Amino acid sequence: MIEVDRIHVRFGEGPGAFIALNDVSVTIGESEFFTLLGPSGCGKTTLLRSIAGFIHPNEGAIRLAGQDILSLPPFKRPVNTVFQNYALFPHMTVAENVGFGLEMLGRPRAEVTRTVEEMLALVKMTAMANRRPSELSGGQQQRVALARALAPKPKVLLLDESLSALDLKLRKEMQIELKRLQSETGITFIFVTHDQEEALTMSDRIAVMSAGKIRQIGTPREIYDHPRERFVADFIGDTNFVQAKLFADGTVELPGGARIRASLPKDAVPANRAVTLVIRPEQTVLEQAPEQAQLSGVLENVVYCGTDTHYHLTLTDGARFVVRRQNNPARPVTFEKGQRLGIGFDPQAAQVLEG
Amino acid sequence: MAATQPNTDLVAANRRETRNRWLLLLPAIVILLAAAIGPLIVVVLYSFLVAGDYGGVVWHFSWDGWLGVFTTSDPFDGTLSLADAHISILWRSVKLSALTTLFCLILGFPTAYFIATRPVSQRDGWMLLITIPFWTNLLIRTFAIMGLIRNEGLVNGFLEWLGIIDQPIQMMFTDFAILLGMVYVYLPLMVLPLYASMERLNFSLIEAAYDLYATPFRVLRRVIIPAVKPGVVAGSILVFVPSLGAYVIPRILGGGTQLMLGNLIELQFGQARNWPLGAALSLTLLVMVTAALIVYVRASANEGE
Ligand SMILES: Nc1ncnc2c1ncn2[C@@H]1O[C@H](COP(=O)(O)OP(=O)(O)O)[C@@H](O)[C@H]1O
Ligand SMILES: [Mg+2]
Repeated sequence: MIEVDRIHVRFGEGPGAFIALNDVSVTIGESEFFTLLGPSGCGKTTLLRSIAGFIHPNEGAIRLAGQDILSLPPFKRPVNTVFQNYALFPHMTVAENVGFGLEMLGRPRAEVTRTVEEMLALVKMTAMANRRPSELSGGQQQRVALARALAPKPKVLLLDESLSALDLKLRKEMQIELKRLQSETGITFIFVTHDQEEALTMSDRIAVMSAGKIRQIGTPREIYDHPRERFVADFIGDTNFVQAKLFADGTVELPGGARIRASLPKDAVPANRAVTLVIRPEQTVLEQAPEQAQLSGVLENVVYCGTDTHYHLTLTDGARFVVRRQNNPARPVTFEKGQRLGIGFDPQAAQVLEG
Repeated sequence: MAATQPNTDLVAANRRETRNRWLLLLPAIVILLAAAIGPLIVVVLYSFLVAGDYGGVVWHFSWDGWLGVFTTSDPFDGTLSLADAHISILWRSVKLSALTTLFCLILGFPTAYFIATRPVSQRDGWMLLITIPFWTNLLIRTFAIMGLIRNEGLVNGFLEWLGIIDQPIQMMFTDFAILLGMVYVYLPLMVLPLYASMERLNFSLIEAAYDLYATPFRVLRRVIIPAVKPGVVAGSILVFVPSLGAYVIPRILGGGTQLMLGNLIELQFGQARNWPLGAALSLTLLVMVTAALIVYVRASANEGE
């Protein structure tokens, strides 16, 4: 559907130029909810603006349904954007805002009116049709911006941090709303966020970016369970990194000597080398008997967090390790600080990373 | 009785506050009376009096001043006929002021847009350049224009040197000269409010319009111009109003021949010694300016809703 093919974007000239996108390639399918996730400044907006046509990449190609769109100006690309600050036209009513794109496309007045009504109903803003943007709350402006971008029925909808300005409760509501709109319209959504939780809950697939590069593309489950590099594992969710050694037979030796069959990366890793194991805190349990567990550590700190409790341990090699346990008042447990405890986990839930 | 005590205190306090408020307003009221309303009353009064033989007025009621705005009376039989000279001057004033406003808008809009789209650090420098002419006396600036366009001036000299013309083009003492002078002098008054409104323009609105299939021309018409409309209206008024009353520029660049309303008024108080007519003409100018301001208020009220 939309193919970004090895694009490079540089700001400035010569040796002082800043490389905002470095050899970025991604293919996004029809009706997909695709998320660009990464820390601030990693190039998400730059990629989105390249697709919208506001930035012309120095190298590479962007194809939409097989056709190269790089030579097209923004107003000729069948792509619409929901801007981060909404960018609603202040001198137009809500209905005029929503109808603007269709009007520019030269659609008959009757069709414009009908589509505007449909779109306003879709985002539940029919009652506000004759208001000005300045008379709306942030969440309402957000909906109008969405309706305006959806009205011309673009092939691709680009959303740049569209929810980050909203407060938590409204954001949760809009997340559900966005998913509903996406499945009802069947339009491909490219959604930008720096919020990993938002990305995990909403996306069909996620591209994790950092420093102008795409680090990993996959479903939320793939990204979370099988990160391909340390940056991805660290950025998404809380993580324990454990130093280990990989042997030729595919087993991994943990600090303390235990050997397990952990989840190996798709690309082969040279054997007899130091590797890093990624182990999620909620996929581990504490055991009273350290001798039988895969890992063991001394309990340093216990942090109560409402739904669960975090146990901070120090492993035998000195590394820090966190175990998360869901609180259950019916089955209270007590672990003493300074106590030596075992850490248990399913070996398949431990991901091996190179280096 | 005790219950009413605080009440009378309150009344006294209120009265004191009212008095203080009037005291505070007094300077403003005095200035308003002395500087605006007083002279206006004098001008209105004079316009209904008889002209004195050597200037000044004779205290007799008369319509002559007002009749003189649009008519002339035959010196022999006293019959009235339309004052073609006055009407053509009035028309020239309105026409040249409107054209000045239009050209200032055409030149000022891209200028203001250019400055508003520079990096923030450079904008002040550009605005400084725009305002530099204000530092020079109007008379000197007008003579500078004259130096450019007179028959032996720079423009004609250059064209002759190039061999494009062999006779100098007569530019001085024409409507063109006045127009050129006024556009040059009043252009900053257009650029300043335009720039102020463009600087506040949210440039992501332009991107949003591009994104929604608007061609560059339609972005200009549907998004940029409506957004900067208050600046356009303010700039137009700031240029139109002083143009209508312009005096120095038509006097120098128009010679004695291409008069504008300001020169006509000056003539009545000076050489012609017809103060009532001068007063009536001044009030005519005031009415025109007020009409322009009403248009302005209407236009900006529409914007504000
Ligand atoms: N017009 C520009 N000129 C120079 N550098 C820019 C420009 N736009 C963005 N950048 C830089 O490119 C990097 C990526 O920016 P951006 O794509 O906006 O990041 P993100 O949206 O992921 O936060 C940032 O370091 C930013 O400073
Ligand atoms: Mg961004």
